[in-house]
Amino acid sequence: MTDLLTLAGVHTHVGRYHILHGVDFSVPEGQTTMLLGRNGAGKTSTLRTIMGLWQASAGQISLDGQRIEASATPDIARLGVGYVPESMAVFSDLTVKENLILAARDGPLDDARLEWIFGFFPALRRFWLSRAGALSGGQKQMLSIARAIVEPRKLLLIDEPTKGLAPAIVVALIECFAEIKRRGATILLVEQNFHAAQAIGDTVLVMDNGRIVHRGEMAALAGDFALQEKLLGLSLETHQ
Amino acid sequence: MTDLAATDALPRPKRDLLPVLLPAILALAMLPLIGSGSSWMTLTVASLAMGMMIFIMASGLTLVFGLMDVLNFGHGAFIAVGAYVATLVLLPLAPYVQADSLLTNLAVLAPAALAAMAVSGALGLVVERVLILPVYGQHLKQILMTTGGLIVAEQALYALWGPQIIPLPLPTSLRGSFIIGDVAIAKYRLLAMLVGLVVFCGIQLVLNRTKIGLLIRAGVENREMVEALGYRIRRLFLGVFMVGSGLAGLGGVMWALYREQVHASMGDDLTVLVFIVVIIGGLGSIGGCFIGALLVAMVANYGGFLVPKLALVSNILLMVAILMWRPRGLYAVTSR
Repeated sequence: MTDLLTLAGVHTHVGRYHILHGVDFSVPEGQTTMLLGRNGAGKTSTLRTIMGLWQASAGQISLDGQRIEASATPDIARLGVGYVPESMAVFSDLTVKENLILAARDGPLDDARLEWIFGFFPALRRFWLSRAGALSGGQKQMLSIARAIVEPRKLLLIDEPTKGLAPAIVVALIECFAEIKRRGATILLVEQNFHAAQAIGDTVLVMDNGRIVHRGEMAALAGDFALQEKLLGLSLETHQ
Repeated sequence: MTDLAATDALPRPKRDLLPVLLPAILALAMLPLIGSGSSWMTLTVASLAMGMMIFIMASGLTLVFGLMDVLNFGHGAFIAVGAYVATLVLLPLAPYVQADSLLTNLAVLAPAALAAMAVSGALGLVVERVLILPVYGQHLKQILMTTGGLIVAEQALYALWGPQIIPLPLPTSLRGSFIIGDVAIAKYRLLAMLVGLVVFCGIQLVLNRTKIGLLIRAGVENREMVEALGYRIRRLFLGVFMVGSGLAGLGGVMWALYREQVHASMGDDLTVLVFIVVIIGGLGSIGGCFIGALLVAMVANYGGFLVPKLALVSNILLMVAILMWRPRGLYAVTSR
């Protein structure tokens, strides 16, 4: 299996702060890779650095064999990277339809693909002409994800999609990610909810203090409670 | 019911109509104070015309601030340059300007206005690349750089044309008034209202019906996310800056014809007025800018008629009153 995304010795500084301290990992093509870790471990910073929103101060980032660490954010997006930020960042003043029109930069909205998206997120069809700012938190998350998949993308960077959402929506998101993966997309997904991560991930990376401290199969970590407690601070009660 | 199926209706966004009604409320409230219906009508039309011209000058500034987060204190330079360019075009064509034919007059006014917009827009390109590009995200430096740019532009106009006021007479067919009953409505003011409305509708059309407009509205709200969707927002910045500068140039032409004179410091004088309008409207809001311009013009005209001494400070008083009521302006843009 080839690697779609590779980070080698990536450092990121934000102002005076040294956030990432030599991050190394690869994301295999067609798989869902989970990026886990405690708050402040550097997960969001890693996604922002890949996306070019923060410039890497050292190291290499390659997408499909092409170096991107010095590329501008729009150029990285145009290489086929979809980004769902933790804040969702839907355009509140625009309608659901207008948000998706903007996301479909290669042409008009594809009806078949829209139907596919509405299959996961029926609320988006219902509120098609409503202002995104009026949607609930869960609906905004659906819109944010729909925006990233409204056109086929090689790689999706998704930051804590289940944060603060109702269990029914989390289940829908898990189904959605599985379907996106079946369609051939590669996903790098930051997640705090270990149950969701178990259900979605093929491989797992764990970060701490701006470094990758563990990499392996998701199934292996899911079965090793001691390792979970060591890496993530998860106790046995979490699994009960 | 969960968010997933979402059969419940969304809470309807509250329609905030009070700012839209303010100019009408103000105009009606002034009627008994002014007493004479014809004076009230004349002042109201004068306010609407003046407001439209101020809106044309201010619209570019509010978009530039909303999208680019740039405080351009040099905006007045585009206004003055536009007025001078139109003067350069119109003075040699004086026989056509003085011809007693509306078509002939408009045939020389239109290219003068287009030339003013083109030169101001091109100047906007240079200013963005040379003065603003190095100071994106640094408000204090933006103020210093653009104020410096305004001073340089003003001094360049002095050096080229001298300190004297240059008369710019109105075309013959736009002089005088239409008399309806005992109400006199100046012809040029009607033209100014028409041009202002066309500009306002044009901007609204672009912002609400085109993908470029969607990008501008989205960029005002979250520049970073627009870039993450694959759009090069710097190019959009530049385009908006040039259009904003061009509109300021058009406003300069309209204002110069309204005053029938051009002078090098006119941009300087108008900068304060334009900033007051943008602040009143809500930084980045075109609708707010439109209402703010009308209110400023109404307060200036009605105030000047009722309490002439108050006219000197009426704009500042209006701004203070609006900001005490709505600290972020009439229509605050979501992200600011």
